[in-house]
Amino acid sequence: MDYLHRGYDEMFSSEGNPRAICQDFVERLRQTPEDELRTRQQAAELGLRNMGITFNVYGHEDGTEKVWPFDLLPRIIDSNEWAQIESGLRQRIHALNLFVDDVYNDQRILKAGVVPADMVLSAPTYRPQMVDFSPSQSVWCHISGVDLVRDQDGTIYVLEDNLRCPSGVSYVLENREVMKRAFARIFEGMSVTPIEQYPEYLLDTLLDCAPPQAGEPTAVVLTPGIYNSAYFEHTFLAQQMGVELVQGSDLLVDNGYVYMKTTRGLRRVDVIYRRIDDDFLDPECFNPESCLGVSGLVDAYRRGNVTLANAPGTGIADDKAIYSYVPAIIKYYLDEEPILANVPTHICSDEKQREHVLANLDKLVVKPTNESGGYGILMGPQATPAEREAYVDLIQSNPRNYIAQPMLQLSTVPTLVDDTMQARHVDLRPFVLCGKDIYVMPGGLTRVALVEGSMVVNSSQGGGSKDTWVLRDTNGHASPEFNDAG
Amino acid sequence: MLSRVAESVYWISRYVERAENVARFIDVNYNLTLGEGAALQEQWAPLVSTTGDSKLFAELYGDSNRENVLQFLAYDDRNPNSILSCIKYARENARSIRETITAPMWQQINEFYLLVTSAAREGKSLAEPNEFCDAVKIASHTLLGLTYATMSHGEAWHFARMGRLMERADKTSRIVDVQYFILLPSAEDVGTSLDVVRWSALLRSASALAMYRRVHGRITPEEVAEFLVLDRDFPRSMHFCLIRAQDSLRSITDSQAGTFNCPSEKLMGRLRTELDYTSIDDVIHQGMHEYIDAFQTRLNQIGDAIHQDFFTVSKESTEAGRAQLKKTGPSSSTQPPSGARTA
Repeated sequence: MDYLHRGYDEMFSSEGNPRAICQDFVERLRQTPEDELRTRQQAAELGLRNMGITFNVYGHEDGTEKVWPFDLLPRIIDSNEWAQIESGLRQRIHALNLFVDDVYNDQRILKAGVVPADMVLSAPTYRPQMVDFSPSQSVWCHISGVDLVRDQDGTIYVLEDNLRCPSGVSYVLENREVMKRAFARIFEGMSVTPIEQYPEYLLDTLLDCAPPQAGEPTAVVLTPGIYNSAYFEHTFLAQQMGVELVQGSDLLVDNGYVYMKTTRGLRRVDVIYRRIDDDFLDPECFNPESCLGVSGLVDAYRRGNVTLANAPGTGIADDKAIYSYVPAIIKYYLDEEPILANVPTHICSDEKQREHVLANLDKLVVKPTNESGGYGILMGPQATPAEREAYVDLIQSNPRNYIAQPMLQLSTVPTLVDDTMQARHVDLRPFVLCGKDIYVMPGGLTRVALVEGSMVVNSSQGGGSKDTWVLRDTNGHASPEFNDAG
Repeated sequence: MLSRVAESVYWISRYVERAENVARFIDVNYNLTLGEGAALQEQWAPLVSTTGDSKLFAELYGDSNRENVLQFLAYDDRNPNSILSCIKYARENARSIRETITAPMWQQINEFYLLVTSAAREGKSLAEPNEFCDAVKIASHTLLGLTYATMSHGEAWHFARMGRLMERADKTSRIVDVQYFILLPSAEDVGTSLDVVRWSALLRSASALAMYRRVHGRITPEEVAEFLVLDRDFPRSMHFCLIRAQDSLRSITDSQAGTFNCPSEKLMGRLRTELDYTSIDDVIHQGMHEYIDAFQTRLNQIGDAIHQDFFTVSKESTEAGRAQLKKTGPSSSTQPPSGARTA
């Protein structure tokens, strides 16, 4: 088993030496013939294809529907390290939820000057329609997917907080299913923390946040339809929770209440897990061109007759310029030190920082503040001079729209490429539910850049995925040693 | 359940049943022409009439030789009733209600789709279509079985069953009509000539030969017609389909036997009752073609009424039940995402 890596590898501390928590797994892997790995990988792929586990790619003419890319070798996280990550995520989501509620109501944090008011009020994700409103249970970000990466020194950083409609949790659950079927012999006897309870917790979270007057609340999942890139996930979650999957045209608002059209007439809806952006929710309130949403929905929402998850306006907290203030936000509301590290971030709307960014474009990663899916990013060190030049213009013409960060050297995980194990860069998106309590799903979605050396893990841009194991050590290995392994 | 979901469930079954019937038509016609001399090899045009797409076929192909007809019926996605189109629509509908159907059902529809698209893509030779047709029939029946065995027999299930039976009644009536026309150009000719091979081919296209033999023994045109139109127990006869479709409709509406709450129930009840009290002599007296023509018109009216009653909902519709369901204009926004729900 030849396996070479540079930088931080999640499975090996040095060549041929697995990290303590990975020893059992690597041992089992060594006993597995190479052609068996190949046949199991093929079995997994065939399973995904037959089960129709797909995602859609925009802008591809031939068959927009792609089979979900899955790599057989799991990414393993030590449960002790995970405990630390988990508390960091709880802390972060707790604080960000308080932040959003404050921004639309008392604006204490803006008055205190901790976060610049004009930065908040100028964000396209700031929704004036939500001023003086607080949702049921004061929960704004019911479902979040926080992107984490590990740099070469072993430190885990939060790369971005996705608080609007983060995708991927269905693939986490399906990856585990596929893994159990395709690789049962390796899975057996490992103490992998289960994740299958997620749909139950998701339903609890939604129902906990129903309008208080709704006796037996009815929840639905609202999808833009089958051409959305995450459509599979929408159907999956609706099915797992046993709720209806609706499209905008299935709903109507009458007298301030939301109904769905059924074969027996209209039926009240109390909670909507909406998987469409704020802009398309309600043509009366946001984008008037939208035909995905429901007229009058936001009015019904503001009257407190229906819960929307996540709440419209939550996006203000995952703006990438606001991101740089999250450590300050945590301190302000919770009076605690941040547990998870933030990537040092230069805000281009600040003149000094902008100059620094423009002078160091070849060393930095530039990101638009309000995009997701890896779109619109400049990887400075890998870009051509012409590409960098284009960004100089972009940044100067709209500085509020850009931030820059140092280029992180993402950690690697062994991945099957052309039937051999090769080091590929990964990130991790854990999912956090926030209702009456905060729940963090153990592990999350590990995305892997399949191209050698690439750091782009987005599935829309050729990334793959892995099962993620939060592993308890049951064989008496001294777990704490993982710390100095890097 | 959601109206849109009910509509999709209903149309998935219709599309799959439609694809299965096209496969049956092809299969039987192929076997029939195998035994014919060169003179009769061009017996492919009637097949296109059976599916009701003669006009489109003439536009796209013109010459109704075997190759053209098979391509048109099996793999041509410009033909909304080709096997390929039907399964595409079925899968698209299934994708849009994946949370309602069971995982095994979804997987079967998906594998069905992969089977048909890969056959079409590889241009799998239609020189010997039996293998492909068998695969289509088996895939359809597998879905039927999985639906029966894994889905709760509640509202959605009844919509699925109703869709399948409505489609099957239509297709059986078409094949009887067309074959009858070929075999007996005029109603008066009944009983004057007998081509056992062709009549048994007609039965085989509905997988009805063995069952027919058990009931009637020797093949006579009247009894073949009676079996496919009026038999109460044979699952592909028009009468059987109407009995079970009405049964599903009543389960959906909770109406008592002999009563109705909405137009679809009224129309379905009338047609079914009429079949209950019809003999094959009545049919032949009226003229087979005239009889079937009237049957198809009424079946289409029932289909339209089902759309109005269940798939179109407006602000005035309350939960109080079907009796109060107000009708809006012609069904507008409620076509299945696949469009093309040609009957």
